[in-house]
This record gives sequence, C-alpha cells and structure tokens, in this order.
Amino acid sequence: MRRFTSAASYSLLCILLIAAAHGDWINAYIQIVIMFIGINIILSSSLNLINGYMGEFSVGHAGFMAVGAYITSVLNVWLFTSSQVFGPALLSPSSAILLFPVTLLAGGVGAALAGLLVAVPSFRTRGDYLAIITLAVNYIVKSSIENMQVIGGARGFMGMRGVVNSMQDVVNLPWTLVWVCTCVGATIWILYRFVNSTYGKGIIAIRDDEIAAEIMSVDTQRMKMIAFMLSSGLAGIAGGLFAHVLGYINPGTFTIMKSTEVLVMVYLGGMGSLSGSVISAIGLTLILELFRPLQVAKWVIVPLLLILLMLFRPEGILGNRELTDVFPRLRRWFSLQERQP
Amino acid sequence: MELQIFMQNLLNALQWGSFYALIALGYSLVYGVLLLINFAHGDIFMVGAYLGFFIATFLLGQYAFGLPFALDPTIIFIITLLFTMILTAGLGVTIERVAYRPLRRKGASRLYVVITALMCGLILENGNLALLGASRRSFPELLPKTVYDVGGLALSNTKLLVIVATLVVFVLLETIVRKTKLGMAMRAISYDRMAVPLMGIPIDTVIVFTFVLGSSMAALAGVLFATTYPVLEPYMGALVGWKAFIAAVLGGIGEIRGAFVGGFLLGFVEIFVAAFFPSTLRDLIAFSILLVFLSIKPTGIFGIARATKI
Repeated sequence: MRRFTSAASYSLLCILLIAAAHGDWINAYIQIVIMFIGINIILSSSLNLINGYMGEFSVGHAGFMAVGAYITSVLNVWLFTSSQVFGPALLSPSSAILLFPVTLLAGGVGAALAGLLVAVPSFRTRGDYLAIITLAVNYIVKSSIENMQVIGGARGFMGMRGVVNSMQDVVNLPWTLVWVCTCVGATIWILYRFVNSTYGKGIIAIRDDEIAAEIMSVDTQRMKMIAFMLSSGLAGIAGGLFAHVLGYINPGTFTIMKSTEVLVMVYLGGMGSLSGSVISAIGLTLILELFRPLQVAKWVIVPLLLILLMLFRPEGILGNRELTDVFPRLRRWFSLQERQP
Repeated sequence: MELQIFMQNLLNALQWGSFYALIALGYSLVYGVLLLINFAHGDIFMVGAYLGFFIATFLLGQYAFGLPFALDPTIIFIITLLFTMILTAGLGVTIERVAYRPLRRKGASRLYVVITALMCGLILENGNLALLGASRRSFPELLPKTVYDVGGLALSNTKLLVIVATLVVFVLLETIVRKTKLGMAMRAISYDRMAVPLMGIPIDTVIVFTFVLGSSMAALAGVLFATTYPVLEPYMGALVGWKAFIAAVLGGIGEIRGAFVGGFLLGFVEIFVAAFFPSTLRDLIAFSILLVFLSIKPTGIFGIARATKI
C-alpha cells in the first residue's frame, strides 16, 4: 500500500492541476509559473546527479537544455506545422498529439549525446578543469546555434505554439501542463530509483573516493558516462518543454546565467538531496516571480537573500539528507522502498 | 604585406591578451591560496572601470564641485589609476570579509563559497544597473591618442601602455610571490593549509593581502580597458570575467606564469580566429580549441597533477 502512496498522491495533484487549468480556475500566468516550476525541478534534480551525487562541478547545464529545446522544436515544427522555413507539414498536424513524446525524447537523446562532450574528458580530469570543460561546452552549443542560420541563428526560433494548438484541436486539454507534470514525475522517479539502487550507489562512491571506488569494482568510466548522459538527457527534455511553454526560443536564453540559476537551486537545496532540489526549485521560482515587480532590484535582493541563507545554513536547506530523513514520520506514508540508515 | 598583417594582428592579440592576463591573475592568486574560484572577480573588474570613470570625471571638473585648479590629463590618469586600485582593493577585501570568511570559518564545502561568489558578482552587476541605470557611459580620453609608425605597423600609445603595464605587473608579482616573505606564506598556504597557522603565520592577513593584490590588478585592467575601449556598461565584466577564468585554467590555475601565458594564448586564439574566419565563429572556434586542449592536457599548461592517495 505504502509503495503507491507517493505515486498516487502525485498523480492526484497533477490531475487537480490539469483540471484547474482546463476549467480556467487558474489564470494563464499561474499556469505558466507552475510549468516553470516543473521545468526547474527537472533541471535542478538532474544537475544534482552530477554536482551533488557525483561531486563534480558542472556549470554548463543550460547548454544541454538548449540542445534538447532546439531538437524538439525543430522536429515538431518541421513535422507538424507548415512554416516558411520548412515548408508544409510532413505529417498531419493531428498526429502531433501522439508523436509529441517521441520528439521530446529525441531532444533528450540529442542532449545526452551532447553530454558525451563532457563525459569523455571527465575520464581523465575532474574538479575545476572539468568545470571549465562544461563551461566551454555551454559556449560551444550557444555559439553553434547562433551560427546556424537555417534555424534562425541569433534571432531565435518560433512556431511551437502551432504544435501545441494542433494538439489542443484534437483533444482539448492543456497539453504542455500535462507533459510537464508527466516529465517531472518521471524524472524524480528515475533519479530516485537510480541513486538508491546498488548500481547507482557507484556514483556516490565516485564522489567519496574515485580510486577506492575503482578498486571496489565500480566501473568509474561507465558510471561517469551514464551519469553525464542521464543528467544532460533530462536537461534536454526540460529544454524541449521550456520551448513549448514559451513558444519562442533564442540562443541568448541558454547562457551561463541560466546555468547559474540552476546551480543556485542545486546548492540551495543541498548537494545530494533530491527533495532538497525539488524544494529549492519551487521556492526559488516562486521568490523570483514574487519579486518581479521590483524589476532590476530583484537581482540584487535575491542574491543578497541567498548569501544570508548561505551564512546561516552553509550546507543548503536540507544538506545531503532527504525530506524523509528530516521528518522520519513521513516514511510511514511515502517510501518507494526501505532505506537502510 | 602578409607578414605585416600578421604582425599587426600579433600586436592586437598582445593587447587583448593583456586584459585577460591581468584579470586571470586575480582568479589564479585567490585560487592558489584558498582553492576558491572567485567568480565575483569579473565584476570587480567592472567596478574598477566604473570607479576609474567617476574619479577621472571628478578630477576633470565635470561635476559642480570641481577642483579649484586644473590638472594635466596625464597626471589625472596616474591619480585615477592609483585611487581606483586602492578603492577596488577595498571592495575585494570587503567581499572577502563579509561573504567568504564567515563561510570559511564554518567549514562550509568550497562549492558553497563558489556559489556565494557568484551571488556577489550578481549583486555588483545588478546593483550597478539599479543605481546608475542601463545607459552606457563613455570614459574620458585622458591620454591624447598618438599612433607611432614602427616599420609599417600602427602602434598606439595606449596599446603600448597596456602591454608594458602587463609585463611590469608580471615581473612584480613573480618577485612578490617568489622572493618576499608574504609570497612565501602564500605559497605555504596553498601547499598545506593545516600546518601554516601552526607555524605562526597569520593566515587571514595573507588572504587579505591576496585579495588586495588580485583586486587591484583587476582595477588596473579595468582602467586600461576603459582607456582602450571607452564604453562602460554594467555587464562588461561578466563575459570578460568568464573568459579570463578560462585563461587562468588554461595556463594551470594557481600559477602566476600560467595566468599570463593562458591570457595571452586566449587573446591570440580569439584575435586570429576573428582575423581569418567570420567573427561570429570566434567563440565557437576558440572554445573548441580549448576543449580539445584540455582533453589532451587536463591540468593546463603549467598545472601539475596532484597525486591522489587513498
């Protein structure tokens, strides 16, 4: 029974949200904020796999997000809508509803392949030198998109709104919200199962001591490859969703600033704490939205708040513990599996 | 003719690399002592340029409360440089005292200090934007521009100044770090931070000194940059700062020689890519070269791989 409570309560929450959005009980602005929260949860928890669980310092997460965003959007616009760039739709627009998850996944796979750019150098180097490599990958991705005139270059790429509309023409549901909810659930489930599996514990072993882990028969190269590809793949899916929520993307969105935002979420929540990432993603997105009327001063006040928080709680909100470790009673209700202390 | 173009580009690259080298130095000094990537450093460079702007315009008497006597622009330039370096060093030390030291005392993981540094950078950038507005400011021309003709090459006095200043700074810092007692203490801290306080070395004084050195060099770079490219805007430090960090790592972070060589190398790559390819490809090619280089030699040019023990 307990095994299903978390899944059941999450699906209930999603159904409530979707129903509220469908029935226009919450306005479009709140819907978009909710979707951004979901996307940020995916981004921060997937970056936590690298920066928290594996103990590397990746500062180029937005680059992978860009890869996913562009692949998914270009595929969707090319296949399902008639645009000036790609001509008439290849498939009928109504098939978008079925093939949207496929293109989303294609974006994820593309981003995972881009993750190889980081994963392969990581076999030989770590720490600050690897941080530079991730930074370089972020710039390379942004700069190559800017130089591809076919997909808009620095002017950006649009037309995703048409795809969403054609999905809504078939079945009238807020489809972006549906997919954001699904992907958030899937991300958390995959990461939770992966990190708590015997196989996935190899990642934590690499963080604690790479050489010792190798002696203890952890295949460190394979582990790093899997971690980087999984993390960047999830970031790619988040990027695909982001593109369809906004309906317009340009390379300027996926700069080092975006990566910094995700980094802050990870370290605010606590390195190696999945629930911490979720909490800080929700909290930070909400705070940024609440302070929006302050305009420029927002970006002075929010960093100041974060510095103060760091001074009083230098290990992040949850440290490396999970919510169930802080409140053990929650374990009676929510636990996918028993965790040995 | 070909050679002449090459030499001209070489000069431009030396100048462009000088800025990277001067900023990369601050990253490297702080990293060498604290193992901290001080991501606020690019914005300290920006603040340096702005402070220089305000001091220079004040001395030129462009405010209501001008000086009673007029100064020679060259003297104004020197005074501006000195005061900017002192004030910016104060800013660097303040950030260290307020944000980094409490975290260090609490024994926080160094990545949290890095995040705090990122936040400090954001505050400087956007605080500037909120206080002064988004309008760009143009730095007054203090040194009358003269262009010397050396064997067909155009060599302006600012270019010469930038390159010479960087070389002087290099020699000066190498001497400080290698020959003086404070420099020895700096190297000792990066070698073994546990044993150093036990030997009676005031670790905090050394760290403050490091920040003074790094920040004043950033201020120097800021004023020189503003003299060369006289347009100031709040985000000017962000991209240059990240690239200088890359230069520092390229040379082997924590090494002064490394910062200089890395800075010049990055300058050369960027200028020559822009000279022979479309300039939109500059970042792409420069960073691809960097990626390949770091994959082959992961510790940078002068960096030494530390042996890990279990």
